[in-house]
Amino acid sequence: MNSAIQLIAIDKRFGAVHANKDVNLDIERGTIHGIVGENGAGKSTLMSILYGFYEADSGEVRVGGHPVSIRSPADAIRVGIGMVHQHFMLVETLSVVENVMLGAEGGALLRKGEAKVRAELARLSRDYGLQIDLDAVVGDLSVGLQQRVEILKALYRGADILILDEPTAVLTPAEADALFELLRALKAQGKTVILITHKLREIMAATDRVSVMRRGEMVATLATETTSPPELAELMVGRRVLLRVEKAERKPGAPLLQVHDLSVVDARGVLRVANASFTIHAGEIVGIAGVSGNGQSELLEALAGMRRPVLGSMRLDGQEIAFSEHNPHRMRQLGLLHVPEDRLRMGLVPAFPAFESAILGFSDEVALGRGPILDHDRMIADLTDKMKQYDVRPPAPRLKTSKFSGGNQQKIVLAREIERKPKVLLVGQPTRGVDIGAIEFIHRRLIALRDEGVGILLVSVELDEIMNLSDRILTMCGGHITGERRASETNERDLGLLMAGVTDEAA
Amino acid sequence: MSAPIDLPKWADTILVPAVSVVAAFLVAGLVVLGIGENPLTATRLLLQGSLGTGEGLGFTLFYMTDFIFVGLAVAVAYHAGLFNIGGEGQATLAGLGIALVLNNLTFLPGFLLIPLGILGAAAFGAAWAAVPGYLQAKRGSHIVITTIMFNWLASVLIVYLLVNVLRAPQNMNPETPAFPPQSHIPFMHEAFAAFGIEIPSSQLNLTLLLALAAAYGVWLLIYRSRLGYAIRVVGSNPTAAVYAGISPARIIVIAMVLSGALAGGLAVNELMGYQHRLLLEFTSGYGFVGIAVALMGRAHPVGIILASLLFGILYQGGAELAFEQPAITRDMVVVIGGIIILFAGALDGLFRRLVARVMLRPTLAKA
Repeated sequence: MNSAIQLIAIDKRFGAVHANKDVNLDIERGTIHGIVGENGAGKSTLMSILYGFYEADSGEVRVGGHPVSIRSPADAIRVGIGMVHQHFMLVETLSVVENVMLGAEGGALLRKGEAKVRAELARLSRDYGLQIDLDAVVGDLSVGLQQRVEILKALYRGADILILDEPTAVLTPAEADALFELLRALKAQGKTVILITHKLREIMAATDRVSVMRRGEMVATLATETTSPPELAELMVGRRVLLRVEKAERKPGAPLLQVHDLSVVDARGVLRVANASFTIHAGEIVGIAGVSGNGQSELLEALAGMRRPVLGSMRLDGQEIAFSEHNPHRMRQLGLLHVPEDRLRMGLVPAFPAFESAILGFSDEVALGRGPILDHDRMIADLTDKMKQYDVRPPAPRLKTSKFSGGNQQKIVLAREIERKPKVLLVGQPTRGVDIGAIEFIHRRLIALRDEGVGILLVSVELDEIMNLSDRILTMCGGHITGERRASETNERDLGLLMAGVTDEAA
Repeated sequence: MSAPIDLPKWADTILVPAVSVVAAFLVAGLVVLGIGENPLTATRLLLQGSLGTGEGLGFTLFYMTDFIFVGLAVAVAYHAGLFNIGGEGQATLAGLGIALVLNNLTFLPGFLLIPLGILGAAAFGAAWAAVPGYLQAKRGSHIVITTIMFNWLASVLIVYLLVNVLRAPQNMNPETPAFPPQSHIPFMHEAFAAFGIEIPSSQLNLTLLLALAAAYGVWLLIYRSRLGYAIRVVGSNPTAAVYAGISPARIIVIAMVLSGALAGGLAVNELMGYQHRLLLEFTSGYGFVGIAVALMGRAHPVGIILASLLFGILYQGGAELAFEQPAITRDMVVVIGGIIILFAGALDGLFRRLVARVMLRPTLAKA
């Protein structure tokens, strides 16, 4: 086998955490190689070692059969390894050419360097079918195109081996397909691609081989065509998991949340939600599908009372919400609870012990203390019960919130909101950064809540999740609600078009 | 991509500050050596002067009382994510509050006048801190800038008032007439004498008990109350505060009001406990020492009490040292204090890293 990269017995510890245990990996030249694993399985550490962010405690890296020492990203680039990060490293106010040149200007005067970059980029674009306007300002490009700039940057620096870290997290299904198309073109030209993702569907669609990591160990490397999503999921988690939650058909009840003509602007005065109208009934899950940044976050925050809408009205359980009542405190009192999209920035206080994070938003609840003083014993006992019920690990209410894994943090937030018996629950990205095992639990819990008659609004960038959980699906694009479908009567392509702004009328 | 430094709680709260202090004393020792004096002798004189005699101890505890108040003031604001540099100005205004109450209500008996004087101090300190708090909350004017400016305003205002308005006509010094005798907070030696116990006399007065009570109160407020919870949420994660329905603007103003009121304690100790009149520059820069005290005490009341004791030792022992060894001037003592502030505050991160490196070896990732 013609190896592009060999990792031999890589070992890395961070304090008590054994992030990579004796990892061996052999990646064949000219293939697309997927790496999957739960959060904390060691994928990112391994790639960081490969890209020179960390040094392994022991072990060897070989590129093209030769042992190399990669101590910095500059070393990695020198041996032909390029990386496309999940969060782009681009200067938004510069043009495509300028971004590619950055750090490789070739002298104090730009003219000569720029001509060279231009010629090279034109060649690369031709070879790989990358269509991109070299003089466009990066900030004006769509996310999918920005990602191409990142890839171009790596190729321009001579990358033979391209590492992509969760590349589709920010893309529409169509953009993701285009990306895979591009990766196949790269492969046809003899480049090697390492694709890190947690979306098994993408592994199946795009890769030739796939390696699975679990708890720092490389548990398997398989040819993609010989495996299946359930098998991969089982390898990742170490037990059988259900990828699809069963749910019974249910008749929705009375309207609980009625939103009429809601418009929201952000701090800069840009219209983020435009005339949104919809209704959520008791006992139904309404999903909002959309590429991230198309107004879903602002919609959630407006409904939760965190942002004042500039226009529109809301009825909760038949009661009109007055302008003066439009604050998070009052919405909670009225039974509208909110699991926010970003649990670390909003849903929890990472520096607090878990039992304090577990009352965020409810610190004025009479039952939680006596007068102005909070009853810590009571709070701890409460959380201990919830931790048992939601299988939070470790079940340690005094542990700092930031020390829990993403899935367990999310369970703490969900337990806090769900156990207060909401009428309407807003849920943003319930399983972002959450392990597969915990995803199954969270999905079951949301379905159970629906069956108890709660109205749920679900916002997620995971289309699978939306389609799997929702009874009805709304799509958002550029702040507008572009369509509505029954979950049983739609498919990914259909939703993808609506998410891209191709509305029913136009189609 | 630097790995976050995670230390066990005991290491974070005790070991790191202890290492900072030891390192500061070592460097200070080098400085003393540099000017040709024996650091060991200097250390002995410092400790003897501050803790070795009853009188010295009294002065040490008097300074400690000042530092507890200003340290707590900085800490409360700090928990709300604010850096209150304005302790000096707030204490100065608190002094004005005391003078106005005590010299206008001279007919009241002590058991009413003393609490009213303390309330006056708290109210004036709070009001002086509330303005920068409001400007930060509503207009986004940075609290560090505004509190520094308010220090200057307070200083100029008090000069004007003492020279032109409050000064007793026959007095050439810019100071108010003496406060009525029943408003003096008893000295500790007087209080002990009332029970037939004789202790050496010093400036130490019963305000120390008020300071310790304030420390307990701040602990209860910050770590146990609903309001303290809200203050810490705002300080730690403002976005989460908005999510939780806590108004950061409201909390910022409340935290600054509490902070200013606590800074007023400095004026209570200095004026009601010792000077018994309002005079210029009674704050002596202690408002700034409060920042170092709060940083070193990790903004926790117990830490603040310990750090205040340390700075009390340094101030009292330093004065003795300057007296005993003329080569080590008063300025040198200020230098040593400065080194401690530098090590405990600014270089704190350095020692955290070092302690982590030793404790968690060999795992710290390359930054």
